[in-house]
Amino acid sequence: MERPLPALAVFTLLVLLAGGLEVVRPFGRSLAGLTGGLLTLDTLIRTGLLTIVLVGLNLLMGYAGQVSLGQAAFYGMGAFWSAILTVRGPVLGLSPSLVQAWWWPWLVMLLGAALVGTFAYGVGWVILRLRGHYLAMATLGLGITVYILLRENLGLPHLNLTGGFDGVFGIPRLRLGPYPVWPAERYYFLVWLVALLVIALGLRVVDSRVGRALRAIHGAEGAAESVGIPAAAYKAQIFGLSAALAALGGSLYAHFQAAVVPATFGFVPSLELVVMASVGGLRSIWGAPVGALTVLVLGDFVRTWMRGLLPTMAGEVEGILFGFLLILVLLFWPSGIAGRRRAAEVVL
Amino acid sequence: MEVRTTWAHPVIRRQKRAGLGLWTGLVVLLIALILLGREHGFGPADFAQFAVDGLQAGAIYALVGLGFVVVYRVTGVINFAQGGFVMLGPMLTVTFLGQRTTAEALQLLLSILRAVLLTGLVGLLTYGIALRLRRTALPLTRIMITVGVYLILQGAALLIWGPRPQVLPAFTTLSMQDRLLVVGEVVVRAQTLWIWACAVTLLGLLAAFFEFTLLGKAMRACAINRTAARLVGIPADAMAALAFMLAALLGACAGIAVGPVTRPTFDMGLEIGLKGFVAAVMGGLVDIRGSVVGGLILGVVETLWAGVTRAGFRDVIAFLVLILLLLFRPLVPLSEEA
Repeated sequence: MERPLPALAVFTLLVLLAGGLEVVRPFGRSLAGLTGGLLTLDTLIRTGLLTIVLVGLNLLMGYAGQVSLGQAAFYGMGAFWSAILTVRGPVLGLSPSLVQAWWWPWLVMLLGAALVGTFAYGVGWVILRLRGHYLAMATLGLGITVYILLRENLGLPHLNLTGGFDGVFGIPRLRLGPYPVWPAERYYFLVWLVALLVIALGLRVVDSRVGRALRAIHGAEGAAESVGIPAAAYKAQIFGLSAALAALGGSLYAHFQAAVVPATFGFVPSLELVVMASVGGLRSIWGAPVGALTVLVLGDFVRTWMRGLLPTMAGEVEGILFGFLLILVLLFWPSGIAGRRRAAEVVL
Repeated sequence: MEVRTTWAHPVIRRQKRAGLGLWTGLVVLLIALILLGREHGFGPADFAQFAVDGLQAGAIYALVGLGFVVVYRVTGVINFAQGGFVMLGPMLTVTFLGQRTTAEALQLLLSILRAVLLTGLVGLLTYGIALRLRRTALPLTRIMITVGVYLILQGAALLIWGPRPQVLPAFTTLSMQDRLLVVGEVVVRAQTLWIWACAVTLLGLLAAFFEFTLLGKAMRACAINRTAARLVGIPADAMAALAFMLAALLGACAGIAVGPVTRPTFDMGLEIGLKGFVAAVMGGLVDIRGSVVGGLILGVVETLWAGVTRAGFRDVIAFLVLILLLLFRPLVPLSEEA
């Protein structure tokens, strides 16, 4: 933490190594083969996507001390924004040549992050007045409201923008000029490039005037204000930033998955994000990739194991795992994997 | 009468004025919805129907909300697992009935009793295992722990009962088909009457418990000042565990009463729990009377909204009301909280 650059360099090397392994495939073995199916390219891409979201969540929860139980809503807003504008363009009266252009999805992605960030910034001014329990409940209400709006076609059934329960599918892959950022190996490098940039951004924020102000707000908001820190403004800004990052992750997710459904962005996913952040360590930017990877791998493992045990099983059985993880981490390991013990008691 | 005054937190009285604006807002919303409904051609009979359906939903929200209030007042924790308790009640009843859609009266009663008691035990364990371990933790950590408990309950329910809705027989006919009473042009399910009866009985029992029994008085003492209660020899920890058990019992009863109407599923707890929470917040999280009235109003407003606008948006109103409530109604802080 004190020396972020070497850590960042080592981490970048690790990312390149894992990606390179998948591209080169030494001795004809893929990553999944080498790790006994535990680490697949899919898992690593997801880890990258979630890292983008979790860095924002860590800044918000771990550093500024503001809880969000509705972060998946912003993730979903980004995903659906990209999905709708790249697939349902004609319905909205956009010219096909515009929607077909290779730079259109990229522009949509950036616009989406900016818009969702601005929206959250505005909402943040209002709801971040609340503290503790009440903020948690308000963000939860916000998250569920967004989820219902997505599920109910935003109240505009004749346009069928979000596709209701079924969501939007057939989302195009990203392209750089004539080159598609696909198959998955290429997408891996794109996602992790963004994720590394976001981690670098997070490390910068934490180690700056803003980061110190956020920690001061977390420690004692009144005291922070008394020494001239505009707490309300900072809180709204960091809420906006975390939402923008979540939306960015969501857009990248939409182009990775090629299909989005509202259920991916409901209540349990919001909690899943909180569990990942807590497992990794709320008060550490490195907690984001560590937590995402740990929980994803554990989730995959449990799902496979449960399927073996109960072949007829359907649905989100891993919810029970998240519950246990959350309780155990909160009770016995509040600093998380990547966090430092000293900071532990301040978290949450 | 005494119950009300002793349970009304002193801070509430000072905040009555602030709450007034909110109630006015809700009444205005109600009138607006009625006017909008008339515009769409709804007659008095339709509104009576909305009122009956709304009060039925509202009675459930009120009961669930009471669970939040009891736990919050005694322990200072917002118990997220409340929704899980509401789900466990009807699910366990179905299991004890042997998954049948018809039943003998006695058999149903026994199943309900066993389900309620078992849920109460789960409530007790929730406190005993998850929350006691870190009694000193910050309130937010404890609320996250109850979130974890909820996830475990929901996940376990999915494993045990699967994703499909279960069938609980209606109390009157003891089968899937409920008896419908027609009053004028309004249709009332017999189960609705059961729900109201259940809510009134439980409220009465709860009031009597807090007013007349030593245990209830001890819990009230803990709610007012935990340290002082401990000083006079009340085991505050046991009272907290008891509060969790009471909340679980209330939740289970609410879930069972509404079970024949809504068909219990493993994930029903989230929505019903949150709406109960909205009801509790309307009472400032500490006021029983306020949360009962709040639950009823929420039910009516929500049903009207769903009838007048579109059904899919039914849930949105509760959460919008929640956010507005949190913003405009100053909440009562507990003395124990940092």
